[in-house]
Amino acid sequence: MSKNKVILSIKNLNKIYHDLNGELLAIENINLDVFDKEFVSIVGPSGCGKSTILSILAGIDKEYSGELLYDDTLSIGYMLQTDSLFPWKTILDNCLVGLEVKKELTEESKAYVIELLKKYGLEEFIDKYPNNLSGGMRQRVALIRTLALKPDILLLDEPLSALDSQTRLSIGNDIFQIIKNEGKTAIMVTHDLGEALSTSDRIVVLTKRPGTVKKNYEVDFNGVNDPKERRKDKMFSKYQAEIWRDLDVNI
Amino acid sequence: MSTYSDEHKLFLKKFKKNKLIVNISRIAILLIFLVGWEIFAKYKLINTFLTSCPSEIINTTISLIKDGSLFNHIGITLYEIFITFIVSFTLSMLIATLMWIVPTFSKIIDPYLTVLNSLPKVALGPLIIIWAGSGSKSIILMGLLISIFVTTINIYSGFSSTDNKYIILLKSFGANRLKVFFKVVIPSNISNIISALKVNISMDYIGVVMGELLVSKIGLGYLIMYGSSVFHIDLVITSVFILCLLSYIMYFLVELLEKHFKKNIA
Repeated sequence: MSKNKVILSIKNLNKIYHDLNGELLAIENINLDVFDKEFVSIVGPSGCGKSTILSILAGIDKEYSGELLYDDTLSIGYMLQTDSLFPWKTILDNCLVGLEVKKELTEESKAYVIELLKKYGLEEFIDKYPNNLSGGMRQRVALIRTLALKPDILLLDEPLSALDSQTRLSIGNDIFQIIKNEGKTAIMVTHDLGEALSTSDRIVVLTKRPGTVKKNYEVDFNGVNDPKERRKDKMFSKYQAEIWRDLDVNI
Repeated sequence: MSTYSDEHKLFLKKFKKNKLIVNISRIAILLIFLVGWEIFAKYKLINTFLTSCPSEIINTTISLIKDGSLFNHIGITLYEIFITFIVSFTLSMLIATLMWIVPTFSKIIDPYLTVLNSLPKVALGPLIIIWAGSGSKSIILMGLLISIFVTTINIYSGFSSTDNKYIILLKSFGANRLKVFFKVVIPSNISNIISALKVNISMDYIGVVMGELLVSKIGLGYLIMYGSSVFHIDLVITSVFILCLLSYIMYFLVELLEKHFKKNIA
């Protein structure tokens, strides 16, 4: 793909976890540039600090060393592993939580959320409660809750890992299409190589802990972007084998 | 309504039958107990001077109503419970809230709460009389001491077991701890708060009656104390029966409140 401008630059990012028994270097010297509208996946062996990077980017974890360079006006949205919908709020109210917290809830932003819900097939559930929805739909609601804040960059922390494998494929497609439709940049952490390959423009492979960037894969299926089509492509298994080797998983 | 399947009708029938059995058995136990008691008393199989009997309880109740003192005693006891409840529950909520918002504070006061909670508060009775006199003030103080620690601990343990994923979500929107508290901790703890409220009310009740036994000149606890000191067992047992009735009514009211809350929230 032709490169847009860099919108987020991670420089020499380190994170040390402290407890009374000592310290643990979780990630070491991570350097990563993310381009506008790019879909980047971060893969690596478990415990390599993938999720740590996201929680630092999301501003949840504020103790780290290194630099995050991005424009002040850039907003970052975070989508968690579980949908974390509040059971006591309706679907619409759940989608408005972020806006409420950030004090950005206006008639306009509310209308935008309703429009998103309609656009992505959740109109009839607007006044329903989360327990009326399937796991896949809940995940879509969670995405809309994140999109409500109009983030420029979406951080996805294993967004599908709580779903069963069948729902995963279809919701994975949905979520990918929504992100592309809305023209967002996305950084996804996953342990599912297939998921990363079917969606991403680039895959960043991390080493074992302390995690550091081992390799960057530009993923190119000759312009094919549809996850379902990609999965059928013969290059798919080639990439998969190659990255698998890099992951160096010793079982 | 009329379109249920036969199977569902059977289910409803079974359910109703079971409910009927439970209700009839409940009333039967009470009746057998009371009637048996009365018969034993009538045929002098038990000494009514020591055990009283249902007909005497009714007579005593009627005479207490006639001389106007019954409702006075009940009123005072209820008033004391009410004040204790308001003060104790408000303070418990405030302390638990502060503990959640400022984790260091919770660590600091944890051992104090534990010790004060397990301290037998009756032991403080004499001190309370010396400090607060022998009126309603010391009774309410006793009620407070008995209910406040356990309620605080209950509420706080609910707060601290709030699902972390909700907290992380709010943090990802940039919320501070206070905001997380009002947006997540309170709404996800409604049923915990209601159960703490239940515990609180029964503790207030225990505390107030205990306080009345120790110091008062009026109230149901006083009636029991007075009755036993003049060996008027009818009066003692009548008071105990009224206490039973009151606790049933309170249980019923709290149940009603709980239903109302749950309907409005879920």
